[in-house]
Amino acid sequence: MILDELTTHPGEWLRGTGPMSDVVISSRVRLARNIRTYPFVSKADPETRDELCELLRASIKSASKDREWSYVDLSPLDELDRQVLVERHLISRQHADGDGCRGVAFSPTETVALMVNEEDHLRMQSIRSGLRLDEVWQEINGIDDLLEDRLEYAFHPRYGYLTACPTNVGTGIRVSVMLHLPGLKLTNEIERVFRAARELRLAVRGLFGEGTEASGDFFQVSNQCTLGRSEEDIVNEFKTQVLPRVIEYERQARQALIRDRALVLDDKIWRSYGMLRNARTISSEETLAHLSLLRLGIHLERMNAVDLQTINELFLMTQPAHLQKMLGHRLTGEQRSAARAEFIRKRLSDRRPA
Amino acid sequence: MNCQRCKKAIATVHLTDITKHEKREKHLCERCAQEEGVTIKPQHVHYNELFTHFVMAQPSAHELAQLTCPECQTSFVEFRNTGLLGCPNDYDVFERALLPLIERAHEGQSRHVGKSPRRLGHKRDFQDDLIRLRRHLARAIEDEDYEAAARLRDEINAIETK
Repeated sequence: MILDELTTHPGEWLRGTGPMSDVVISSRVRLARNIRTYPFVSKADPETRDELCELLRASIKSASKDREWSYVDLSPLDELDRQVLVERHLISRQHADGDGCRGVAFSPTETVALMVNEEDHLRMQSIRSGLRLDEVWQEINGIDDLLEDRLEYAFHPRYGYLTACPTNVGTGIRVSVMLHLPGLKLTNEIERVFRAARELRLAVRGLFGEGTEASGDFFQVSNQCTLGRSEEDIVNEFKTQVLPRVIEYERQARQALIRDRALVLDDKIWRSYGMLRNARTISSEETLAHLSLLRLGIHLERMNAVDLQTINELFLMTQPAHLQKMLGHRLTGEQRSAARAEFIRKRLSDRRPA
Repeated sequence: MNCQRCKKAIATVHLTDITKHEKREKHLCERCAQEEGVTIKPQHVHYNELFTHFVMAQPSAHELAQLTCPECQTSFVEFRNTGLLGCPNDYDVFERALLPLIERAHEGQSRHVGKSPRRLGHKRDFQDDLIRLRRHLARAIEDEDYEAAARLRDEINAIETK
C-alpha cells in the first residue's frame, strides 16, 4: 500500500533546505473551496457526501492527469494510517478524526495535498521547505485554476469564495510558516514574537496547527483575516513584514547566545546529543526538545556529530504513528518510548563524529 | 477618492444618509471615520463573545434566532452553537446577522478582494444575485429600512458596472 512506502522517508517540506531554512522549516498556503448547489460538509447527508467525494475525486483525477497523484479514501482507513498522514502534515487532525466519506489526494513529493470533505468540500495546500511563499502560492493557485475549470465553486459577488465557517470567507486563504525559534526561547524573548504577531493579527500555534499548543521550539504562524485583501497582499505581508522581523530576532538571539553564553549553549547542545545517544526510554516531546537543540547546533556549526538529514528523519520517524508503522505493530505508550529510544540510538551510532 | 475631511488619505468609508427626499454622501478615511464616530476601531474578539455581546444584543435578536435557511434547514441558533453554516445560501439568509460578524472577524472588511472564478458560468451567478438583491431592496424600502436599502443599492450598482 502507498502508506507503507510513505513512512520510510520524509516529504519535501521536511528536507531542511530552501531560503532561510536556519529559521523557517516550511512554508504553506491553503485554499478553502466549496461546490455550488451542495450543502457544506457538516450538513451533507451520507449520500450527498458520497456524491461529493465522487465528484471531487473525478475532478482531481482529471486535473492531475499528467501527475502521479495518490488518492487515499480515509473512511475505511485504519486509525494508525490516518495518524501517519497527520504526522506528515498531509491531513489535519480534524480530517483524521472525522466521519463519513472523505479523502486526500497528494503528489509524490507531498508538496501538494487536497483534502476532500474536511470542514469545506476542498481544502488544498502546497507546502515546501524553507521560506518559499511565492512558490507555494503559485503552485496552489494553478491547481485551483485547473479545478475551477471542472467544478462550479460557491462564489458570492460580495463575500467571495464561500466557506462553512465565515472566518475563512473571501479568499479562503491560510498562509502559514513553521518556524524554529530555539534562540528566542532560550533567551526568554519569545514573547516579543508573539506580541509582534498579535499586532499583525496573526495566529501562533503549535507544530500541528489548529488546536495544538504553541510549546517547544517549533511554532506555526498564520493569517486570520481572509476577506478584503487579495491573496498576493496577504502573502506579501508575510514576506516583507512578518518574517524578516522574526528571522532577524531569532538570528540576533542566537548570536547573543554564542557571544555571552557559548559554554552553556554548547553544553546544552551536546547534552542533548548525549541524551539521544544513551536514553533507554524517551517520550516524543523530549525527543523533539533534544532534536531542536541539535538542529540549532548544526546551523550554528557547533555540532558535527550528526547531520541535518538525520535530524529531519528522526523528527518524523520518532512520532508515534510512524514509529509503530515502522515496527509493524501497535505499541503501548511505554513500549513506544522504549522503541523510540532504541531507534534513535541505532540511528545515531550509525554515524561517526566527523 | 480622497477623504473629504483630511483631504489626504484615501477614503475607505462611504456613508450614505437618506432622509425623505434627500441623499447625502460622505467619504472618509478610516482614521477620520473613527474620529467622527462613524466607525469603531476593529478589534479581534472571540466568536462566542461576539455572539452574546453583539449579535444577540441587537433589538432583532429574537427575530434572528428564528431564522432558518429554506435550503439546508440550518437555523441561526444552530450556526451560533457550531460556528458552521449549512450551505452557501446561508450567507444571504442570515446576512443581517452575519455581516457584523464577518466585519469583526476580518478587520472591518466585508467585501472580497482578490481572485475570482474565471469561468463564464459566473455571469449567471451575478444575474441570480441581481434578482435577489432587487428583491431584498424592495423589501427593505417597504420596511423603511433605509440603511439596508442604501447598502443594497450600492451592491446592485457595483454588479451592474462590472
